[in-house]
Order: sequence, then C-alpha cells, then structure tokens
Amino acid sequence: MAENGTNGTNGQGYVGTRTIRPDGVDKVTGRARFGADFNLAGQLIGRVLRSPHPHARIVKIDTSKAEALPGVKAVITRDDFADQSSEFIPAGEMMMNYKDVVRNVMAREKALYEGHAVAAVAATSSAIARKALKLIDVTYEVLPHVIDVVEAMRPGAPVLHDDLFTVGVEPKPDKPSNIAKRIEITLGDIEAGFAKADVIIEREFKTAPVHQGYIEPHAALATVSEDGSTELWCTTQGHYIVRAHCARLLGLDIGKVRVTATEIGGGFGGKTVVYLEPLAIALSRKAKRPVKMVMSREEVFKSSGPTSGATVRVKMGATKDGRFVAGFAELKYQAGAFQGSPVQPGVMCAYAPYDMENVHVIGYDVVSNRPKVAAYRAPGAPISEFAVESVVDEIAKKLGLDPIELRLMNAAHEGTKAAYGPKFGPIGLEETLNSIKKTEHWNTPLRKWQGRGVASGFWFNIGGETSASLTVNEDGTVSLMAGTPDIGGLRASLAMVAADELGIPYDKVRPIIGDTGSLGFNFLTGGSRSAFSGSMAIVEAAKQIKAELCARACKLWEAKPDQVEFKDGAVRPIGSLGEKAKPMTIADFAKVAGKTGGPIGGYGRINAQGAGPSLGTHLVDLEVDPETGRVTILRYTVAQDAGKALHPAYVEGQFQGGAVQGIGWALNEEYVYGADGKLQNAGFLDYRMPVASDVPMIDAILVEVANPKHPYGVRGVGETPIIPPLGAIANAMENATGIRFTELPMSPPKVLKALREREAAAKV
Amino acid sequence: MPRVVLVGNLAQLTGGVAEFQLSATSVKQLFQQLAELHPAIQPHLEEGVAVAIDGQIYQDALFQPIGPNSEVFLLPQIAGG
Repeated sequence: MAENGTNGTNGQGYVGTRTIRPDGVDKVTGRARFGADFNLAGQLIGRVLRSPHPHARIVKIDTSKAEALPGVKAVITRDDFADQSSEFIPAGEMMMNYKDVVRNVMAREKALYEGHAVAAVAATSSAIARKALKLIDVTYEVLPHVIDVVEAMRPGAPVLHDDLFTVGVEPKPDKPSNIAKRIEITLGDIEAGFAKADVIIEREFKTAPVHQGYIEPHAALATVSEDGSTELWCTTQGHYIVRAHCARLLGLDIGKVRVTATEIGGGFGGKTVVYLEPLAIALSRKAKRPVKMVMSREEVFKSSGPTSGATVRVKMGATKDGRFVAGFAELKYQAGAFQGSPVQPGVMCAYAPYDMENVHVIGYDVVSNRPKVAAYRAPGAPISEFAVESVVDEIAKKLGLDPIELRLMNAAHEGTKAAYGPKFGPIGLEETLNSIKKTEHWNTPLRKWQGRGVASGFWFNIGGETSASLTVNEDGTVSLMAGTPDIGGLRASLAMVAADELGIPYDKVRPIIGDTGSLGFNFLTGGSRSAFSGSMAIVEAAKQIKAELCARACKLWEAKPDQVEFKDGAVRPIGSLGEKAKPMTIADFAKVAGKTGGPIGGYGRINAQGAGPSLGTHLVDLEVDPETGRVTILRYTVAQDAGKALHPAYVEGQFQGGAVQGIGWALNEEYVYGADGKLQNAGFLDYRMPVASDVPMIDAILVEVANPKHPYGVRGVGETPIIPPLGAIANAMENATGIRFTELPMSPPKVLKALREREAAAKV
Repeated sequence: MPRVVLVGNLAQLTGGVAEFQLSATSVKQLFQQLAELHPAIQPHLEEGVAVAIDGQIYQDALFQPIGPNSEVFLLPQIAGG
C-alpha cells in the first residue's frame, strides 16, 4: 500500500490558508452556548459565602438558620469535603497538592484571603440563596495578614501555614515560614563571567499581580443522579482535568463523572483549575437536583487565581563589544494563599533567549494572603524576562549599541545550550529580530515625548496526552472530535489538517469538542499545545482511515497492498489494476461501508512529544503625556516564530491578543490592596484592562522556522506573545522620557510622579 | 554511556551530585538506575520531571530511547497557561 499522507501535500492544501471558522456563525449570531447559558429543568441556584477577612481562623460555622429557610435545598461547608493527604501531583510547572486544593475550594481551618469560600447554598432562586448566605453564622478569629511578597518573607511575618517548611535550603529549617521553596539553576561560573565584564548593570524590579481578565466568569451546572452518576457542564480549559479533580475531591469514580466543556469566553490559564465545579456537584448530590453556579465579576477577581506579583533583581555583565558574559537573577514570586507560583519557569526562562555561558538564577515561591495564583499565559516568564529585557536595553544604551544588533549578537540559535540545560534545536529568534529590523516601523522617526522599545521573549511549549477521532459519515462527510476546548482556533485548525490528510473539502469536515465520555484522556488546552498535539492526533486518525480504505479496496478489487494507493481523496489502483478498477473516493466507500466491514473511522491517541520552543520579538512606539502621565500606544509590531501557521489569521490573533494583555500588564493592571488586606479594585471599572480603543492595530509578522518534530512543522504560539510587551514598553518609556521604570504597572500616577521628581531634582 | 545531568534542585536529592554516566537505553531505565543510586529522588521522578534527550524535551515518555552518546537533562515539568 502506498500513501502520501502527511506534510499537507496530498490534496486540497488548506493548511496555511485563512478558512472560515466553523464556530464563527454561532458566535456572531449569539447561538454559541457559554458556561452560564446552560440550564436544566428543576435546577437550583448555588451561591458561595466568602470570607470577609484576609486571614482568620474559622472557629465555628452554624448553618441551621440557612437550612431552615424555605427554598433552601442544600448547604455545604468544609464538613462536606473529606480532607486530602499531602500529595503533590504535576499540574504543569505549577505542582499542586490536593491537601491545598480541597482547602482552596472550601476553607477548612482558616480563611486565607478575602473571598475564600467558606460555605455554599443551593436554593430555588438566586434571591433565596443570597438571603440564606446572610443566615450562615461564621465565627472567625481574625489573624494578622500579609500581602506583599517581600514582607511575607521577613522573619516575624504572619505565617499562613504551620506545616510549611522551606524546601531547597540547607540546613532544613525547623520553623515554618511563608517561603515554600527555593530553587536555582546554574550554568558555567557566574563570578568568572562577571570578572570578564566591561559593563555590569544591576537593577531591582517589581511587578504587580494581574488577572487573566477573561470576559466570561466561571460557571458550572451539575446534576447528580441517585446512583451517583454525575454530569457537569462548565467553562474550562480542560474538562478531563476538571473531572479528575472533582472525582478526587468528592470521592467519585472517574467513570461516573461526565464533563462537557462549554464554549469558553477566554481562559488564558485561569480556567485550568477548579473553583465552582466541585461545589456544584456537592450541592447537587445533597439536594438531589441540578445546581447552577455562576461567579460575579467581583468573585472572579477576589476568588480565582491571578498570576504572581513579584520582586526581581537582575545583574548582567557584558564585554565592551556587546557580548553577554554573565547573568544573575533573584526572583521572589507570590503564590497566593497556597504554594505553587510559576517561579520555576520564571527561573528557566529568564535568560533563555540568549546564548550565555554563565548564568545563575535563584527563585523563591512565597505564600501570602491573596487568592492562590493560577496559570496565566507563559506562567512566570513575562516577569523574569521583563527584568532581563530591561537590563539588556540598558546595556545597549551604555555601550552605544543598537538594541536589535545587541540582541542579534547574543541571540540563542540552533545548538545554543540553554541556561536551563539542553541545547536548542532549530529556533527562530534571529529571524524575528531581523524581521523587526526590516520593518518600516523600526525606521520611522519619532517626535518629542514619543519612545520606541524592543524586547524578545521565549517559551518552551509542550505536547502531552491527546485523543481525537475522525468518523466517516454515510454521505462521505467527516465528523471530527477533539477533547481539548477550542480557545484559539482549534476546530478550524484541526479541520484543515483533516481535510488535507483525507483529500476532501474543508467544509465536509465538521469539528466538535467531545465530552469526557466520548474520547480517551486529554490534557488541557494550555502550554500552547492544543493545535500542536491535536493536529498530530488527527494525522494519526487519518492514517488509520487511509489504511482501512486501502485494505477494503484490496478486498473489493482482489488486489495486493502494493497495487493500491491513497491519493487526492481516493484509493487508486496502481499499474495494470487500473484496467479493471476505478478510483474510489471516501464518499464511495461511505456508501458501501456496511457491506465492506462496517463504519469507517480513525482514532488518534498519542502522548505528543517534540514541541518546539517559540521565540518572538516585539516593537512598540508610545507617547507620554507629560501633563497627566498617561501613556498611549501609537504603534505595535509582533514578529514570532510559529513553525508553521496552520491558520494564519488565528495565529496572528494569538500574537495580537498576547500583545494587548502584555500592554495591560505593563501600563495599568494591578491588584490594589488596602491596609486591611482587602482588594479595592475588584471590577473592570477600577481594574483597568485595555479595550479596543486603547490600542492600535497590532501588526503581526509570521516567522516560520519549521519544527522538525511535527508533521507540518507547527510550534505552539499562544504563550510567547505576552512575554515581550512588558520589557518593550519599559524600554520605550525610557526612550521617551529618559527615565528607567522598574515597577509595573507604569500607570499615570507613577509616570507623573517620576516626571515631577526629575523636574524637582533638576531645579536643585 | 549517556551523560545525565540533573537541573536545578534535583541534585539536592543526590547528595549534590548533578552529573552521571549511566547505561540506560530508555527513560524508564534511566529512572530505575537513578532511583537505585539515590532512592530519595524516586518520588520526584514519579511526580513528574521532563527529560531532554539531545536537546529535545520529552514529558511522560518512559519508553523514549536514549542513545549511547546522548546528552540527557532532567528538568522540572513544563506546562503553561
């Protein structure tokens, strides 16, 4: 049997084109069903009672009055969740411990942040549920709190967990503290590197915690039958992960829990964990009726994970001709109330864009009285790379070198030994830098109070466990089922690959996202993995179909395997066999499927390996208003290595979306806490994210250095574009004002303060 | 024999030894040999580490072959948002 399967060579050539999005019509007409759109007959409304205190011991919870309120069907507290043993399980780079997870979804001994869930009710109406919450009597012993990461590390700081002893230090501490972990990576000899340096720059940076800011709040609808069979609809980046967590927390068999991922209105990492889902199931189990729960925006801010705020110290050395010879960094990341910040990837990514012989990076994972952090696009990397990219810019200025040329001189490339260990395969950082250098944008003059900045970024990307199926329908159309929620164009991308592999029109492939009962395990949509891994699974499924069709053709034509081939959407006879047999299309086989062996389909079940890193470079122009401190983004260009863009418009969308989120992180977004440890800006009016009118059109340059480990050359693209904006904007701010801003966000009050302090200093 | 390097804090579990020459021909054998030499590292191997073989990172890939001259790094697992 011969076939010309992979590499998109066998037919329609949809890969790399801008096809119509299969989910587009439903989304623009309002038919698409998001988390809060699902309802069941007889459903109850669930609501959560949350701690008003940032740190308090829970002495007693009396739910009797709430339970007696007419219309209340169930009340749950810590007593409804069995305690979990201390067991770490990998949740990507952010190890999680079920002992902490059960305490995060429902406080046990202590409330550890304002907004921490303390109890939940299910009632026949939202009004009754709200009234019931007021009838729950919680006795708190209020404790001193700590919010800031540096303060939380100080001796004498209020300790959140009596059993938290710092890991990674010798001797092992005999007293608990808020420092969960110390980690480090070392490459070469850092002191010898600094000894070679002609220029050394050392700076300390501070970044604020920022929320993923997805427009759709968390929502879950659960129904539990009398035999324990459980169905759950929720907005999530990984319904198999939700299933696993809920089963574990509630003592259920995984096979009895069926989870459907709804359409998702953004996640960006924040929907990789569970909040409402186990509560909705527990309430439904108790009430014996379906329970629907939807977070308010205030709850999203106060009770779901932002990413870390951090303090970062960077020290870099370079020779006078611009060669980086040493890089040191110390990262202190907030984990929130439970350990598990993304400091590990922050450590590993800090110097990854550069070819350096001597690197030493230390990281600390620190708990404080804030909501537990969740992943956010390239978790941890924007923070550390912001600091390094700022110092790189200072080195360029000090040495009188062009910042792009300096980066090109030091850029990591194929064969470079990464600071975190292995050597890189083919990567495209140099190509992105050269692309930016050639733009008209780079060469356009600026006016007073305008500045231009450039910065690069690195992210690893991953593969992972993935299942996907292709089913040939009776009329020859194909149903495609994937098991990772479609956030950034998965359905379109996979349908294009299927169409090319099978040689059929794109609109004859209908992609859907299956529930957890429909496919084998899928890791979540995250790590820029779903299009990379999903397309590999689809290639595998298509191979099975082509092999099956060739086998059936051999039986029909009484031919040997080497007398048939699959080409251009049909099994074709080779050589003399063509005299008695005519090519059979997939539709031809579909008509006789029952007579030739039954339904036709393929099922790709893989653990995808070979994800290639994606590197990018951003260029930004901005203008500072010296009267108000307001910063306006004038122009923005992203160049990033996509390996191969399956659907260029979606890839450009990832570049643009990441850039805009990075702009918000750099300029405005921050969690603001009062002295009472309470969040003061838990809403979009006061938590200022960029809106469409705040940003120009983001120009996107697709760089394609093929990933040799993927059949089409694909690299993940979703994480990297949020990394460079922080440094690029800080560098542009320096270019516009002459002031090096080291604290994010560079919001108008801070910018104005810095300008006025400079004016005052000049007068002295 | 392949050269095996532990990245970051893993070497704290091997008495500070960060480099090994092991005869492993697969990730599974590599984990077994490391655990025999240093039992303290076994739980961490089971919890999840990534293995970079000649520059390519593999996760949860016990049967991945390791060549006789391969350079192998054990790293923390990686995911993303």
